[in-house]
Amino acid sequence: MSTLAIDKAGPSRKVKYGSMSRDRTWALRWSYFFLVLFAIFFLTPPVYMLITSLKSSAEISAATNPWWVFHPTLSNYVELLTSNQFLRFFWNSAIVSIVVVIVTMLISIPAAFALARMKFWGSATLATGVFLTYLIPDSLLFIPLFKMLGVVQDVTGITLLNRWYVLLFVYPTLTVPFCTWIMIGYFASIPKELDEAALIDGASWLQTLTRIFIPVALPGLIAATIFAFTVSWAQFLYPLVFTTSVDQLVLPVGITTTLIKGDVFNWGQIMTGALLGAAPPLIIYAFLMDYYIAGLTAGATKG
Amino acid sequence: MADVVVERGPVARATGARKGSSLRNTLGRKSTVAFLLTLPLILLIALLVLYPAFYSLYLATLNKAMTKFVGLGNFTFLFKRETFWMVVQQSCIFAITAVIFKALIGFIVAHFVHNIPGKKQRKWRGMLLVPWVIPPAMSTLAWLWLFDPSYSAFNYTLSFFGVGPIPWLGDTFWARFSVILVNVWYGAPFFLIMYLAALKSVPDQLYEAASIDGANWWQKIWHITLPMMRNIIAITTLFSLIVTFANFDIVRILTSGGPLDTTHLFATWAFQVGIQSSDIPLGACVSLFMVPILAVAAIFILRDVNKRGNEA
Repeated sequence: MSTLAIDKAGPSRKVKYGSMSRDRTWALRWSYFFLVLFAIFFLTPPVYMLITSLKSSAEISAATNPWWVFHPTLSNYVELLTSNQFLRFFWNSAIVSIVVVIVTMLISIPAAFALARMKFWGSATLATGVFLTYLIPDSLLFIPLFKMLGVVQDVTGITLLNRWYVLLFVYPTLTVPFCTWIMIGYFASIPKELDEAALIDGASWLQTLTRIFIPVALPGLIAATIFAFTVSWAQFLYPLVFTTSVDQLVLPVGITTTLIKGDVFNWGQIMTGALLGAAPPLIIYAFLMDYYIAGLTAGATKG
Repeated sequence: MADVVVERGPVARATGARKGSSLRNTLGRKSTVAFLLTLPLILLIALLVLYPAFYSLYLATLNKAMTKFVGLGNFTFLFKRETFWMVVQQSCIFAITAVIFKALIGFIVAHFVHNIPGKKQRKWRGMLLVPWVIPPAMSTLAWLWLFDPSYSAFNYTLSFFGVGPIPWLGDTFWARFSVILVNVWYGAPFFLIMYLAALKSVPDQLYEAASIDGANWWQKIWHITLPMMRNIIAITTLFSLIVTFANFDIVRILTSGGPLDTTHLFATWAFQVGIQSSDIPLGACVSLFMVPILAVAAIFILRDVNKRGNEA
């Protein structure tokens, strides 16, 4: 039907044009259709978290439509945010993540600077080694680390296991390699003329780093900071293994171990806790999405 | 990245030689400074990554009380256990299936996002990346609740279509299906973002030239998109293979390895054996079985990363 109409319309060139743009409109419609389907798939769990967090226990155990809130209540939020235990988890998570971010930056920026700009014996091997370290998963190291920390504790008498601050030593192993790696990429992309000019003007290495490299590579620095923060905030295995006392737990472990009491699942509170635990990375992501994505793709595209 | 350093090597040496020995002192000092700057990194990697890795090899040769050297005793013990072979099988099924689906979904969705006009892309991309941003331990709790045996929201919805109730986490097949589903849900956005970035780097002229030559969409994908994205696809897939193979959070929270240990991966089983049953040597032994696969994937990644460096 429609082809007939186009045939009448005139020269063949126009036909081609019309059918192409029609194809494109249809491709666009199908794209939107499937995107909506995938968006539903991707967003169901977080939305369901939100729905459940607004329900009272009574509504959850009544077999009503789980996808709708009939009597919205903030009681779960009030209960969690006034519970010392939950605030303790949040505080532990926050302090661990922030300190780890600072430590990571203090280690990886100078190292990346040296590896990107100063040639020295073994620097190429070290750069490759950093990348390889990034590929070593946490699940390979938690058992030897657990034993190691136990031995260190026995030898020195410093309590490390079951203390939140042990995480400050362990988390950098997950954040530093990747942050160093992407910072090498950003630093190496800075034109050499820039730091040569600074050196000629009599700047020291430290000055070139703080006055030129850090300001110019700021986007990369932000991406690395976001990465370090989200990794430390989300880490689950290490705190699960190294900390057990309730007052030493970080948020992900705290929620999964204390809110589930035996077989009684208080789902309203668990979902509220999970949502509050997911909030800091989500908020950072909402405001700094482009940096977040830059950091994500940097590993493979810049590397 | 390593290549950049390597390639610069001869140049630096050449200029150094040209300017003579007066510069040699400063160069010497420069390398000392460089070494000092990388020292914290070296110490961190040596003490908290390399040392534990080798320590784990040593631990794996001890008996349960860690008082006696038993050589390969732990390994032969594992080989005789049925659970171990089940874990090997499930780890492979889990990692391979999950990575294939993540790559497929990521590839397809990336095309859909790429199709729509630029301004709206940002919004959609932002929305579709959410699963990757939420800490996996938190989002898996939401899945656990969606799969809940008595109040499962999925079964409630499926009951309208006359399907179910499905024992999401109670039955071996469905439990395996569920852990893979959650992993795909969590990891697909990563592929999506990587592929989207790769798609944007393919020049439009290639597609235009292909359409003029009369290529259909499949030919365009097969002869233009895939070859152009080959490297990104390889790196992303290998990288994801490592992360998926070593996965812990999802299985631990969703099933803790059950029903009857059928969903255990190396990481969760190592945790159960090594930490919960406090047989540290056996746990170390279990986790060491991840090394061969990780090493192979790592070698390929390194090769691809280096190749990229040379092309650029």
